[in-house]
Amino acid sequence: MKDMKDNAEGYTTPDGRQIGGVLMEMKNITLRFGGVMAIQDISFDIREGEIRAIIGPNGAGKSSMLNVISGFYHPQEGEVWFRGARRPTMRPYEVARQGVARTFQNIALFKGMTTLDNMMTGRLTHMKSGMFSQALWWGRAEREESEHREQVEKIIDFLEIQHIRKTPVGRLPYGLQKRVELGRALAAEPELLLLDEPMAGMNVEEKEDMSRFILDVNDEFGTTIALIEHDMGVVMDLSDRVVVMDYGKKIGDGTPDEVRANPEVIDAYLGVAHD
Amino acid sequence: MPEQLIFATEVALNGLMTGVLYSLVALGFVLIFKASGIFNYSQGVLALFAALTLVGFQDGQVPFSHLINATFGTEIHGFGFELPAIIAIVLTLGVMVLLAILIEKLVLKHLVNQEPIILFMATIGLAYFLEGLGDIMWGSDIKNLDVGLPQGISPVIDTVTYEWFGYGFFIDKLDIVATVIAAILVISLTLFSQYSKQGRALRAVADDHQAALSVGVSLRFIWVLVWSIAGLVALVAGIMWGTKSGVQFSLSLIALKALPVLMLGGFTSIPGAIVGGLIIGVGEKLFEFTVGPMVGGATENWFAYVLALVFLVFRPQGLFGEKIIERV
Ligand SMILES: Nc1ncnc2c1ncn2[C@@H]1O[C@H](COP(=O)(O)OP(=O)(O)O)[C@@H](O)[C@H]1O
Ligand SMILES: [Mg+2]
Repeated sequence: MKDMKDNAEGYTTPDGRQIGGVLMEMKNITLRFGGVMAIQDISFDIREGEIRAIIGPNGAGKSSMLNVISGFYHPQEGEVWFRGARRPTMRPYEVARQGVARTFQNIALFKGMTTLDNMMTGRLTHMKSGMFSQALWWGRAEREESEHREQVEKIIDFLEIQHIRKTPVGRLPYGLQKRVELGRALAAEPELLLLDEPMAGMNVEEKEDMSRFILDVNDEFGTTIALIEHDMGVVMDLSDRVVVMDYGKKIGDGTPDEVRANPEVIDAYLGVAHD
Repeated sequence: MPEQLIFATEVALNGLMTGVLYSLVALGFVLIFKASGIFNYSQGVLALFAALTLVGFQDGQVPFSHLINATFGTEIHGFGFELPAIIAIVLTLGVMVLLAILIEKLVLKHLVNQEPIILFMATIGLAYFLEGLGDIMWGSDIKNLDVGLPQGISPVIDTVTYEWFGYGFFIDKLDIVATVIAAILVISLTLFSQYSKQGRALRAVADDHQAALSVGVSLRFIWVLVWSIAGLVALVAGIMWGTKSGVQFSLSLIALKALPVLMLGGFTSIPGAIVGGLIIGVGEKLFEFTVGPMVGGATENWFAYVLALVFLVFRPQGLFGEKIIERV
């Protein structure tokens, strides 16, 4: 797999998908919380069109890494590069406006809103009309609203959640909430989609559905996806390349097969207790 | 209709205007509380400050004139011209937005993620600061405020009710106008929050900070926005109160009446703030009318608080309140 790294133009996956150049690159990221080293000097990249997984035992620093990418955490050391340029320190909403959408490990939905309203907030970064033009120019605002609605309805169909369009999400079962959260992220038509344990706490059937959606999103919309997952099996099926973390350090990086054969990774997964 | 009932109806209608004012102040509270979890003690002072500024602009007062005169021995008092009400209102709105920006930049920004009690104390400080600032800028004398709202007893209502009930109701035209304006304000705010981009962002922030950030909403922008809206609501309340009883510093005391209104209506409910304000406004007048004479009067001073206490015992979350949401 050496040639994969060396090739700036990307690579072709075993199933024949063409992966592009580097979209996001983390360079020597270090993140501390007081004395806790959540991330220690980690570098890796995410390429256009690929499904990139971050795996590792509980507390390895995976969520922290996703939070660095999405601007929720700011590392003490290291650089984040996006679309070939160094990214200055950004607030989460600025990162979102750059075309990076995400979901959270502990679902962060607008609990008081319906599925539809939650997904409409995903369109916020695309909404143009300012306060005053909306007040003065009702027609245009209305037209814009219906364009956004159309986009959202497409995603609702795609995720097969028509039946809960008008349900307040607080009342939905866990698995469906996860799906709505994915829907809200998709509504933003992101270039990079970050998923923090999208299948955690799901039953087998729900996991299969979610896997299918992730593959379809990548395939149909060409969205680059970085996801965190616990379950090795799922990761191996889904991802093109995998970063393995343990105690804040990167202990492996490569295709699923490479990673699976890596002794350090085997140690981390079999040597320590984890779920 | 029996005579007592007719009198009671008139009293109730007269309480409506006071109720509308309580509602408006409570509404300002609720907006800020929902969006940021901050209990804004300064909402009443905000109304006072807005009214003072409005009168100042209308009368062409030079701000800080007392201070300037005392320091430099000058005799400046006014610019020598008066501004039309509409221009003065627009300028005052500008000042309220500026104030919102300054509050965010100088106070809130530095207190992000602090305990609610710390933010609450910051707003107490803000209240005293604004009261002092209003005093230094515009003077502490009672001022007349007249932006051209109709005032005085409505002869139409007097005649019509006389024909219907054989008794002419004395209703101030200002009360009716104030109620209509408040209704328009609330409807516009509702439309704004339901259908505009910023309104949607505002609701998102009120629901979940973290999720709002992830869909590209700037919390700081929303805080400026929500304090600006609170400033607008305060201005409307200030205009009504000032027109009715002159702009004076006791205006900031309505803030205290807003507290029982909030206990009644719930801290996070906009309809609750409105209904709660009306219930207390009307309730305290009716109570004074019916029970007042038996207990020696002046029940309006305590009625609202006792009612709120009773509510606290039986329905702590208020009429429409949800459970208080944890801040991120
Ligand atoms: N906001 C935070 N404050 C303090 N410590 C944190 C915070 N976020 C994560 N950590 C710590 O960083 C380490 C990595 O956590 P996390 O990134 O959530 O791991 P993972 O997602 O791999 O389970 C843990 O020790 C965790 O306690
Ligand atoms: Mg995690």
